[in-house]
Amino acid sequence: MPDALIAGVHEFPERKTAKSVLEIQALSARAALADAGLSPQDVDGYFTVAGNPGVGPLATVDYLNLTPRYVDGTTIGGSSFVAHVNHAAAAIAEGRCRVALITYGSTSRSSGIAVGTRERIAGEYVDQFEGLYGISTVGLYALVAGRHMHVYGTTSAQLAEVAVACRRHAGLNPLALYREPITVEDVLKSPMISSPLHLLDCCVITDGGGAVVVVHPDVARDLRKPPVRILGSAEAVAHAQAGHRDYLTTAAAQTGPRALAEASVSHDEIDMAMIYDSFTITVLMTLEDLGFCKKGEGGAFVSGGRLGLGGELPINTDGGGLSSNHPGMRGIFLVVEAVKQLRGECGERQVKDCRTALVHGTGGTLGTRHSGATLVLGRA
Amino acid sequence: MAEYAKPLPEITAESRPFWEGCKRHQFLVQRCRACGARQHYPRGICAACWSDDLEWLPSAGRGTVYAFTVTYRTQARGFRDELPYVLAYVELEEGVQVLTNLVGGEPATLRIGMPVRVTFEDVSADVSIPRFTPA
Repeated sequence: MPDALIAGVHEFPERKTAKSVLEIQALSARAALADAGLSPQDVDGYFTVAGNPGVGPLATVDYLNLTPRYVDGTTIGGSSFVAHVNHAAAAIAEGRCRVALITYGSTSRSSGIAVGTRERIAGEYVDQFEGLYGISTVGLYALVAGRHMHVYGTTSAQLAEVAVACRRHAGLNPLALYREPITVEDVLKSPMISSPLHLLDCCVITDGGGAVVVVHPDVARDLRKPPVRILGSAEAVAHAQAGHRDYLTTAAAQTGPRALAEASVSHDEIDMAMIYDSFTITVLMTLEDLGFCKKGEGGAFVSGGRLGLGGELPINTDGGGLSSNHPGMRGIFLVVEAVKQLRGECGERQVKDCRTALVHGTGGTLGTRHSGATLVLGRA
Repeated sequence: MAEYAKPLPEITAESRPFWEGCKRHQFLVQRCRACGARQHYPRGICAACWSDDLEWLPSAGRGTVYAFTVTYRTQARGFRDELPYVLAYVELEEGVQVLTNLVGGEPATLRIGMPVRVTFEDVSADVSIPRFTPA
């Protein structure tokens, strides 16, 4: 693994804002650079997704008045920013930049975008075969959830355990959108959106954004906070395989083993994990495929408080997309929270003696095509 | 014919044979002449070997439900007026999965593995949409 470090992070605090997508990114970039002890003039690599706005990095680099010598607009859904960290580390190792800035901003909530239930048509060739049937993001995850239940006997109550754990953590995060505790019963009684997924199986819709600064070790030496090491990383795409797919296996089955092997870290060395939680099923299947339990045993694994603070594998200590924030592409928050945990900055929700964290982003939909990006991060 | 409120396919030269098959109420599956692989959705190359020597095989139109979800809330055009509706993957006897709707069965009676057959809705002079219904 290229020896690059994460030196600064910032999560935009508002959940509904009058600020623009560009302003959110500018304020987040300024704060993340300040967190690192760097200035805008130090930035020579820039990363963001397309459509954020327009042709990705072009609009943002212009607005921020940056002069990068390395630019990356990788857009693979919500995991994009996790992949950006990997790409930034590789670019730094190759000598193509030394201070890489990753930014994200979105106004989904104030723009009234129904992220989960809107028609999911992207203007692609495949739309003529998929877009005719009332597809939405939640529907395309629900298909897979239903199949997981059928094949492995997973229950709605087990899925609900994921939402309950995230809500408990949100209660410890003053910035989280929803902080009142919920029970398994609350999840099961919430309205069915697309069976078997209830309203509380689905992530929230917020505005938001953030920034991450990845730097060369020489830069990191003089910075104000201890940087976080990138120990291992991997990316993969899983898709329909021309009509021959096992939809119960996610991209995490490819990325988990690769990232952990690169980091030379075993599952029991992971102190906490940030697992993309677009829906409860996303977490359950990702944990299986990352190898924290056997395939099909995710239902039992997520139960009994294992995912809560003080449990065997605390996840999504910020409250996750299920309770804290989800502006559409949540990957950057996974990185931000993992870094804060490794630095011991999480206050009431701090995982005790957190030395190693795993981040896994999922982008796209489990029911058609999706990306997976894994990072293993460690205290310097 | 009443106005069709759901999305229509944007048919291209690459996909035209598939949609012409639908017009004849035939569900066509592509087969590769080079390696024998079958595929859906149809495309200009074989996804298994990247040969562009493909033929169109009329499917028997029978299969089983691989996965389904009953949708109660959506913003999708046309569907938001017909809640609930069923989104599904059907596995055809020819061995490929097809994303589709299940129609004509009570949602409560649907099961993964149940046999289904194709049915076509003629939505315009040019377009017939394939869906599946309990066999």
